[in-house]
Amino acid sequence: MTEINIRSEQQVESSQPDTDATTDRPLAPLAVAAREGSSELSTEVVFDLRDVDVFYGSTLAVHGLNMKVNKNVITAMIGPSGCGKSTVVRTLNRMNDSINGFRVSGEVLYHGHDVYGSGVDPVEVRRRIGMVFQRPNPFPKSIYDNIAWAPRILGMRSGLDERVEKALRGAAIWDEVKDRLKGSALGLSGGQQQRLCIARAIAIEPDVLLLDEPCSALDPIATASVEELMQDLKRSYTLVIVTHNMQQAARVAERTAFFSLDVSGGRRAGILVEYDETEKLFTRPSDQRTEDYVTGRFG
Amino acid sequence: MSTPLLDPARPLTEIGGNLARRRRIDHFMRGGSMAAALFAVAVLGLLIATVVVHGASVISISFLTKDPAIGLGASGGGIASAIVGTVLLIVVATAIAAPLGVLIAIYLTEFATQRFARPIRLALDLLNGTPSIVIGVFAYSLLVVGGFHHQTGFAASFALAVIEIPLIARASGEMMSLVPKELRDASHGLGISRWRTILGIVLPGSLGGIVTGTVLAFARAGGETAPLLFTSSIFSGSTTLNIFGAAIPNIPVTILQDSESGFPSDHARAWGAALVLVVFILIGNLSGRVMLARQRRRYQAR
Repeated sequence: MTEINIRSEQQVESSQPDTDATTDRPLAPLAVAAREGSSELSTEVVFDLRDVDVFYGSTLAVHGLNMKVNKNVITAMIGPSGCGKSTVVRTLNRMNDSINGFRVSGEVLYHGHDVYGSGVDPVEVRRRIGMVFQRPNPFPKSIYDNIAWAPRILGMRSGLDERVEKALRGAAIWDEVKDRLKGSALGLSGGQQQRLCIARAIAIEPDVLLLDEPCSALDPIATASVEELMQDLKRSYTLVIVTHNMQQAARVAERTAFFSLDVSGGRRAGILVEYDETEKLFTRPSDQRTEDYVTGRFG
Repeated sequence: MSTPLLDPARPLTEIGGNLARRRRIDHFMRGGSMAAALFAVAVLGLLIATVVVHGASVISISFLTKDPAIGLGASGGGIASAIVGTVLLIVVATAIAAPLGVLIAIYLTEFATQRFARPIRLALDLLNGTPSIVIGVFAYSLLVVGGFHHQTGFAASFALAVIEIPLIARASGEMMSLVPKELRDASHGLGISRWRTILGIVLPGSLGGIVTGTVLAFARAGGETAPLLFTSSIFSGSTTLNIFGAAIPNIPVTILQDSESGFPSDHARAWGAALVLVVFILIGNLSGRVMLARQRRRYQAR
């Protein structure tokens, strides 16, 4: 049983608990070529969004979102500017909480638990769901301390050196920085800084990595290195990437969600138009709006 | 209908139309504003020169290290007790004001919503604008009349702390808000709590600004006279560190009292004390400003 086409307008919400959506079928080892055979994708659900509306004050930013994100899969969110894709991804780990007037209705379930449930500490949510931001944002500390700071605070003090090395190797930047760990992270190039930020995020071993346009400030070579890295990371992590670059979604993601701006009914809210396997979404989209967008006829 | 067309081929050096008049106005206004700016510098220069001319002759090692000579109009002696007293008063005041000011700044920049931040900022600005003599009367009624029943150095330090708090809070808050939001996001995204983010990211990033604001407030408190008149003006000439016991000798009140005296030797001592105070405050201000500029550059370079 594969997750199929979940479209915001069409989905009929089942009342079954979401755990039924996962299977006990042992996960097939995810080959790099996993995209070839879509049936090999994991169907274990990490995020289950049900009728999610997001508001900023009285403004409806995202409307009627129903979407499931599967484990160890790279899920891309694409769409024109202002369609709410960044809002959605930041809603997943409560990074929007600090924005005045931010409000969510509907359910954002993470492994079946409501992310916005009462008694949920956003700090714990973010500890499990890491994030990489649009602009590389290393701390003004040494390269070593950029990685080691959070584990130290979270109580992962033993084997810190090994943890730092593992994270830097995991982010494919170890060879470039191993001789200058005590040097300032601000001295690194943009692409190195972004990989350092990814290393920093994986050093605390989260479950999910959210990447909000991680390559938009990078040149093509740095972009390629980050994309390559994502393919490695998906073996251990569930990745959600927001990108306004369709080619990037096509290159890295197994599943792609196309968001658009719905201007009907006198409001402008982001909606999920189509969500499918990347290959199908780009070659045989079922929605005219998706086809217009991916073929460049949009707007 | 309209002015005749200019000959575009005319040499550019040739002045046409009303340009000559407009040029004169331009020069005049430029000169006027420059003169006004120079005036401010000149006033400061003149002030410092006056203090130096009158005060420099009495400055000596013994002036800085000896207590005042005993006896009406006695010459000789120094202002050591007042120097020690002023430093003591503002050190205690800053020790009270700095933690409070930094905590206020943290609340304002990191926790408060606009609804709460705005009235608090307004209150800080009003407190900053409150005449220091009013703060002096307040400390007097609270601690001299109400608490100790006599003047104490602590009452003076309290009044000076009230003056310092808004300065430290605003300066620290300004530097904290210069710490990029992206760094806070990065920290929050790692599952770090807000307080640890403040300790690990925000405070280290704004430490220079906090120190600077504190140094500037320190210098400001050093020159305040009005609150001291109520709280620490009746003192003997000897050096004391007992801040809860009695009034503490200090430079501003020494200047006031010596300058009101009828004896020339007291006048000379007042000028000398004024010179010491001006130098002290200039050093504080300049070092504070140098540090502030360095901090700003560091963040704007990012």
